[in-house]
Amino acid sequence: MSVDPSAPIQRYSDSERMNHWMVAILFVLVALSGLSLFHPALFWLSNFFGGGPWTRILHPFLGVAAVAAFVVEMVRFWSDNRLEERDRQWLRQWRDVLANREDKLPAVGRYNAAQKVLFWAMVVCMLTLFLTGVVFWRPWFADSFPIFLVRLATLVHAVMATILILTVIVHVYAAIWTKGSIRAMMRGTVSARWAMKHHRAWAQEKIKQS
Amino acid sequence: MSSLQSLDVKQRSATTSPSPSIRSTVEVAKLIDISKCIGCKACQVACGEWNDIRDVVGHNVGLYDNPPDLSANTWTVMRFTERETEGGKLEWLIRKDGCMHCADPGCLKACPSPGAIVQYANGIVDFIEEHCIGCGSCITGCPFNIPRISKKDNKAYKCTLCSDRVSVGMEPACVKTCPTGAITFGSKQDMIEHAAERVQDLKERGYQNAGLYDPKGVGGTHVMYVLQHADAPQIYHGLPRDPHISPLVNLWKGALKPIALLAMGAAVLTGFFHYVKVGPNDADADEGEGARSKKVGSELGQEER
Repeated sequence: MSVDPSAPIQRYSDSERMNHWMVAILFVLVALSGLSLFHPALFWLSNFFGGGPWTRILHPFLGVAAVAAFVVEMVRFWSDNRLEERDRQWLRQWRDVLANREDKLPAVGRYNAAQKVLFWAMVVCMLTLFLTGVVFWRPWFADSFPIFLVRLATLVHAVMATILILTVIVHVYAAIWTKGSIRAMMRGTVSARWAMKHHRAWAQEKIKQS
Repeated sequence: MSSLQSLDVKQRSATTSPSPSIRSTVEVAKLIDISKCIGCKACQVACGEWNDIRDVVGHNVGLYDNPPDLSANTWTVMRFTERETEGGKLEWLIRKDGCMHCADPGCLKACPSPGAIVQYANGIVDFIEEHCIGCGSCITGCPFNIPRISKKDNKAYKCTLCSDRVSVGMEPACVKTCPTGAITFGSKQDMIEHAAERVQDLKERGYQNAGLYDPKGVGGTHVMYVLQHADAPQIYHGLPRDPHISPLVNLWKGALKPIALLAMGAAVLTGFFHYVKVGPNDADADEGEGARSKKVGSELGQEER
């Protein structure tokens, strides 16, 4: 099998990419507005949203929009993120991953184990953030819940938001670190060389199809 | 309310640096003697009069409580409890409900908007509505279920202890109007001493469990009660026995804030230094030290350059 290593392979369709960037933009907005209400040192971020009251008004609506866009993305990528036996081995070799010794790792499908773990972390965080956020959303719903639940939801919301922001930091760094990933999500294609290096099993499948 | 002089502010919401603290003033307190209260609601009327707020006329809900709850327009409300004593007699407990002005205020701790809630050096906890963003965190933080968000403007309201009157040497409006002297106002120390006399008197008259309600869980309060049954505050329309800021709120507004920001900062820094040390993982530029794509090249049927 001989393939031009620079030949483009389609990794993300137009709608997948637009969906992803919709989620990304909404996430940034909802994270910045949330952080401004989370820590006094970041309250100035509320200026980007028109001040304190507007931040309070917009944050939950942005959150609902982000979750809605994310659910669509989640359904798209669900089956490619099922954890498999070979993912365990991949994770065990995390030192090789971090040291760019990818040739020592088992063949990877469309997503590697770290991407899959990140995916499920995001699923859990997003859905929990939505459910807990509703509980203390004022003035609409908070009054319908007992105060204990409001307090618990507020704490869980803050913890899950922290975890989600951490996973997104890892996600963004991985994209900066692994050259070609940003092009994949911006323009949709990767080179055959890129695919073979990072996602060998997926690349072989793709090349076979073509 | 607008804030008093900044020199008189002891604590400010969502502010991590200390407030001006060279000047100290006497701590004040309002003492409500439940054994003297006749439930006339003059204090409720005086409160509405002085603060110039009127609640909508509601419905009789089968209780003397009127209106039935605190609201953005009702900062104090009389809570009536009918109970049968051990001797089979009716006992009517009437508690003037409203902000307790905690020394350790849960509302202030929970508030995310800098300066929307302040605690003055005299102990009064005040909402500065112009800075309020309407998020309701004060409600989440309050152990006494006091703050209410207005449906009209989405701002939180509660008793100010007439901070505007107190700042010019007057007593709160409810104190001024109380016809039985059930509500008194003065320095916190004087009120504690006055309460001790009242408790002594009640004990002599058969209320062995009479006592002062100045709960330590919230650092003491600047509104205190003399209770005939201090051993069972919950019989006074659910006055909490041991009020304190919920541990959930403490965790949310305490440890989590610095830990979360540190973790986020550490994650970004770790990424940056990882890049500095290991460098990019670049499949398409396989020259230089970082390139280990021999295998990839051969699998693609290509010799590496």
